[in-house]
Amino acid sequence: MRGTTAVEAEGLRKSYGSVEVLRGIDLSVPRGGVFALLGPNGAGKTTTVRILATLAQADAGRAVVAGADVRRERSLVRRRISLTGQYASVDEMLTGAENLRLTARLAGHPRRAARRRADELLERFALGGAAGRRVATYSGGMRRRLDIAACLVGTPEVVFLDEPSTGLDPRSRQTLWDVVRELASGGVTVLLTTQYLEEADQLAGRLAVVDGGRVVAEGGPAELKARVGGRRLHLALRDADAYTRLVSALGPRAVHRDPEHRTVELATDGGAAHVRALLDEVDPTRGEVTRFEVRGATLDDVFLTLTGTPPTAPAHAAGSHREEPVRG
Amino acid sequence: MAEFAPARGAGHALTMVDRSLRLSARNVDAVLVSLVLPVMLMLVFVYFFGGAIDTGASHGDYVTYVAPGVLILCAGYGASMTAVSVTRDMAEGVIDRFRSLDVGGTAVLTGHVVASTVRNLAATAAVLAVALAIGFRPTADPARWLAALGVLLAYVVALAWLAAVVGLLAHSAEAAGGFTFFILFLPYPSSAFVPIDTMPGWLHGFAEHQPVTPVIESMRALLLDRPVGDALWPALAWSAGLTALALPLCALAFRRRTA
Ligand SMILES: Nc1ncnc2c1ncn2[C@@H]1O[C@H](COP(=O)(O)OP(=O)(O)OP(=O)(O)O)[C@@H](O)[C@H]1O
Ligand SMILES: [Mg+2]
Repeated sequence: MRGTTAVEAEGLRKSYGSVEVLRGIDLSVPRGGVFALLGPNGAGKTTTVRILATLAQADAGRAVVAGADVRRERSLVRRRISLTGQYASVDEMLTGAENLRLTARLAGHPRRAARRRADELLERFALGGAAGRRVATYSGGMRRRLDIAACLVGTPEVVFLDEPSTGLDPRSRQTLWDVVRELASGGVTVLLTTQYLEEADQLAGRLAVVDGGRVVAEGGPAELKARVGGRRLHLALRDADAYTRLVSALGPRAVHRDPEHRTVELATDGGAAHVRALLDEVDPTRGEVTRFEVRGATLDDVFLTLTGTPPTAPAHAAGSHREEPVRG
Repeated sequence: MAEFAPARGAGHALTMVDRSLRLSARNVDAVLVSLVLPVMLMLVFVYFFGGAIDTGASHGDYVTYVAPGVLILCAGYGASMTAVSVTRDMAEGVIDRFRSLDVGGTAVLTGHVVASTVRNLAATAAVLAVALAIGFRPTADPARWLAALGVLLAYVVALAWLAAVVGLLAHSAEAAGGFTFFILFLPYPSSAFVPIDTMPGWLHGFAEHQPVTPVIESMRALLLDRPVGDALWPALAWSAGLTALALPLCALAFRRRTA
């Protein structure tokens, strides 16, 4: 076979005009399994995926996908991958079934096999009833499902899914997850981008957090969670005054703040002694903290810690604070 | 996966032809619009202006004179529709899907050009039916009929490839539609509607040597059973030449557009 890495990228750079979108992306995606690319809006996820799928060219850097070089062996890469982009790529005026048959034939299936494959996928993605309808009449989620199905007509080695679950209802998302897991257990490598941290947690064996055109962290979900500290002491404050006072006293030690609900989180090892000491420190009068809870770090924490300061409500946001990361 | 590349390309082209034909069939209104206008023009020319236009006794009725010109006009409408649909394809996500399936530009554009040609043949049949109904009386035998259609077909295919180039270069459907103006204008300073010798002298040079005139003169001669003379070769040379020019331009424009 072709080695143990499905995607190997080194120093990918890309600018649009004077805007530097990718500033040296390095990625190493092992064969088989699911790899998630996380990052706030505009981080460069789509650009990275498009470069890896040969639809865009990097200004610098190199990438090998499914054993072939994206620049020099474009055609070979294309035959070994499939892609569902962030935006719909189906023909509105054709029916769902026609779209899938067409794609299956382009992927190399003879006519009969293409029809069979299309029917299977329509059933799988609960589009059987709408198969004969024009895509123009589909809902957003139905379109998304068709788009994902179209990506699965062939037998790719590497599947790229750019925000596959955006716009899907919980049941469709579950179907998607099942499909992704099946692909991975069949030896296919799935590289997906997502805004849903839960999705990455559920599916991905490894993930990379991208921010400002760079990979700011890469590893397994557990590894990354460990990196931002083991546990959190979650505190609810009595009133807005108490909240403001505590937040200003703690400064950057408050790893998470939520003025609306007047909650603050602090890093802790979760031991009784440390929790007691923290409580005494933040609330010496024993009247300001109404509830507390010890929580494990979530990918949310990883995401927020690595991609900027913890988000605060707009009223409290510093002037320099940028777009708030989307939370799952 | 060890497929023979040309066979793969041909398979892709066939599938893309299928797609473009299906899309055309879904868009019958547009095809009809591209038909209704030339037919109306034909009626206007024949009934409003026809009495005032003297095309010389050898041509018979004005409708017989003008019918080939209307077919050429139709080809222009068809081509501009093709330019617009190529532009749409390139602007939408669907082109990314094709590219990620390693479908080449040639296959995508072949789909458009074949569908364009088929649409045009349908339009030609409709225009001919109306023309025959209002007095068009060609005297050709079937062989000459086929030859006349062949001349038209070559021109239609050339226009379709040119339209594909325009569609690739234009970044909006409106811009692609601007192509309409040029292509639709071309038949007027030609022998399509009035004989060239009735035009001002300075126009003669252009009118006689632009592509539409030899195409129309060849069709007329073939349909009316007159000697084809020296119009046929220029007509075919123009069509072949324009196609030969458009093909590499298409490849180039597609590569630039998708770089
Ligand atoms: N064709 C383009 N021309 C100009 N700028 C572009 C282009 N494509 C992307 N960008 C810019 O590159 C940056 C990264 O975009 P990209 O789509 O890769 O982000 P993303 O991580 O996928 O974001 P999202 O989560 O919103 O999908 C953005 O600032 C975007 O404006
Ligand atoms: Mg994106």
